[in-house]
Amino acid sequence: MTALDFTPAPGAAPLSRMVRAQAGAEIRAVLRNGEQLLLTLIIPVLVLAGFAAIPLLEVPGRRVDFIAPGVLALAVMSTAFTGQAIATGFERRYGVLKRLGATPLPRSGLLLAKTLAVVAVEALQIAVLAAVALALGWRPQGDPLWALVLVLAGTAAFSGLALLMAGTLRAEATLAAANLVYLVMLGLGGVVVPVSAFPHALRVLVELLPITALTGGLRAVLAHGAGLPVRELLVLLAWAVATIALAARTFRWE
Amino acid sequence: MDSPAVALTELVKRYGRTVAVDGLSLTAERGAVTAILGPNGAGKTSTVEICEGFRRADGGTVRVLGRDPVRQAAELRPRVGVMLQAGGVPPAVRAGEWLRLVARFHAHPLDPGALLDRLGLAEHARTPFRRLSGGQQQRLSLAAAVIGRPELVFLDEPTAGLDPQARHACWAVVEELRARGVSTVLTTHHMDEAERLADKVVIIDRGTVVAEGTPRSLTGAERQLRFRARPGLDLDELLTALPVGSTAKESPSGHYVVEGHVGPELLATVTAWCAAEGVTADDLSVERRTLEDVFLELTGRELR
Repeated sequence: MTALDFTPAPGAAPLSRMVRAQAGAEIRAVLRNGEQLLLTLIIPVLVLAGFAAIPLLEVPGRRVDFIAPGVLALAVMSTAFTGQAIATGFERRYGVLKRLGATPLPRSGLLLAKTLAVVAVEALQIAVLAAVALALGWRPQGDPLWALVLVLAGTAAFSGLALLMAGTLRAEATLAAANLVYLVMLGLGGVVVPVSAFPHALRVLVELLPITALTGGLRAVLAHGAGLPVRELLVLLAWAVATIALAARTFRWE
Repeated sequence: MDSPAVALTELVKRYGRTVAVDGLSLTAERGAVTAILGPNGAGKTSTVEICEGFRRADGGTVRVLGRDPVRQAAELRPRVGVMLQAGGVPPAVRAGEWLRLVARFHAHPLDPGALLDRLGLAEHARTPFRRLSGGQQQRLSLAAAVIGRPELVFLDEPTAGLDPQARHACWAVVEELRARGVSTVLTTHHMDEAERLADKVVIIDRGTVVAEGTPRSLTGAERQLRFRARPGLDLDELLTALPVGSTAKESPSGHYVVEGHVGPELLATVTAWCAAEGVTADDLSVERRTLEDVFLELTGRELR
C-alpha cells in the first residue's frame, strides 16, 4: 500500500493543466454517451448519405454539393447547442457545476474547457462527414478559411443559446426544449429543404435563425465558391453576443 | 499568528421569509475537528455552504482561514476541501477518473489510486458513479475533498447512510487529517460521531448556537444516577428528600434517572427511598450524561 501523507500542501495546478484535464473529461463524456453520438455523428451521416442517394427533393445543382454544407451546419448545431445544453443542464442538476466551483478550476476555465471540448468534437464530426461526402462525390469550392470563420461564429452562437437554456431551465425542460429546437431548426433552417421553397414572409423570418445563417453561409462558400458571406456572419455574431450576454446575466450554477 | 480555520460572527441567512441562520457566531480552531451538531433544518448546511462560498450571508461576518469566502474565493479554493451532502459527480463518470480529474486541478495532490485503496474503493475504480452504492459514493466524495491536500476540509454529513465499516474508514481519515494538522469542520446528527471525533462540538438549533464546548465539557459537568424498578413509582416524595437542584424522572417506563450533584448523600437518599417504597433498584449505576442527553435537552424532544 502506498503511503498517503495528508500533511497540507495546497496549491492550484497551472490553468492550462486544469483546462486540459476538464476538456478531456468533457470529450470522454460525449464520446461515451450513446445518445450524444447518435445526435452528433449518426444522424448527420444518415442525413448526408440518405439525401445524396435518394432524389426526394428537387435542389439546385448536384445533390451532394447541396447537402454537405447543410449537414456540416447540422453537426455544429448538434454539438454546440443540443449536446452542450443537455449535458450542462444535467451537470447543474446533479450538482457537478457546484462541486467543480469548489475546486481550483475557475469558472472561466470551465467555460474554456467546455468550448475546447465542443471544438474538438466538431473537428471529429467535420472529418467524418467530409470523408463520407467526398466518398459520395462532393466537390467543395471556395476558401476553407471562410468556412472555418463561419463554423466558429456558429459555435459561439449555438453555445450561447445552449448555456442560456441550461443555466435557467430545469434539466428535463432543457432536454425537451433542446431536442425541439433541434428538430425545428433541422426542418426550417435550410439544412435539407432549401429556404427558397418557403413563402416570402416565412423565409424572411427563417433567415434570421442561426442555423439558416450557418447553412446559407457555408453553402455560399462551399457550393458556390463565394467570398466571406457578411450578412450570415453578422446574423451569427448577433446571436452570439445576445445569447452570451444574456446567459452571463441569468446563468444559475445550482 | 494564524487566524482561525473558521470565524463566524452574527451570521444571518434568509430564504424569502424563512430565517435559516439567525445571528450565529462560532470559531473553529486550526488543526482541530469541529463538529456542528443540530436537528434537521437547524441551519447546519446553510452555515457550511456560506463558509464554502456557495451562498452569500445576509448579515454578519464570515472568515475562512482569515479570508472572505466569496470575494477571496480564488485564493481559498486550493486550500479548502469540500464534501457536499450529496451528488456533485456526473453519474456516468468512473470513480477513478473523477478522482484523477480533481487531482489534476491541484499542485501537489495525493495519489488517486492509493487514496481509493485507502477508502476501500480500489476495486470500483472503473465503476460509474451511478452504479456505486450510497456508501461508496460518500467515500468517493470524501476522497475528492482531501485529494488536493487542503489545510481545511468541510464535510457535510460525511457518514450519513454509511454502514459501520465505512463509517470507521471515514473516521480514521478524519483522525489522520487531524494528526497531520488539517482543520476539519463537519456537520452531523450522529452523537457518537461528534463525541468520538470532535475537539469541539457546536450544537445549533433554529439557526443559532445553543451550546458549545468539548464533548467532555458538554457532557461531563453533570452526572446522573440510573436504575430500573417497577414502573409508575411516585417520584414526588423522592424529590422532596433529594438535595435542592436535583431532578428525577422516569423515562422510559421502568427506567429512572436522577440528576444533580451525584454523591454519597444522593445515593443514600435514593436507596432509602427505594427501601421505603419496597422496591429493589436494579442495574443501579452512576454515569456521565451522553451528548445525546445534552442534545435532546437543548433542542427539545419533539420531532420536527
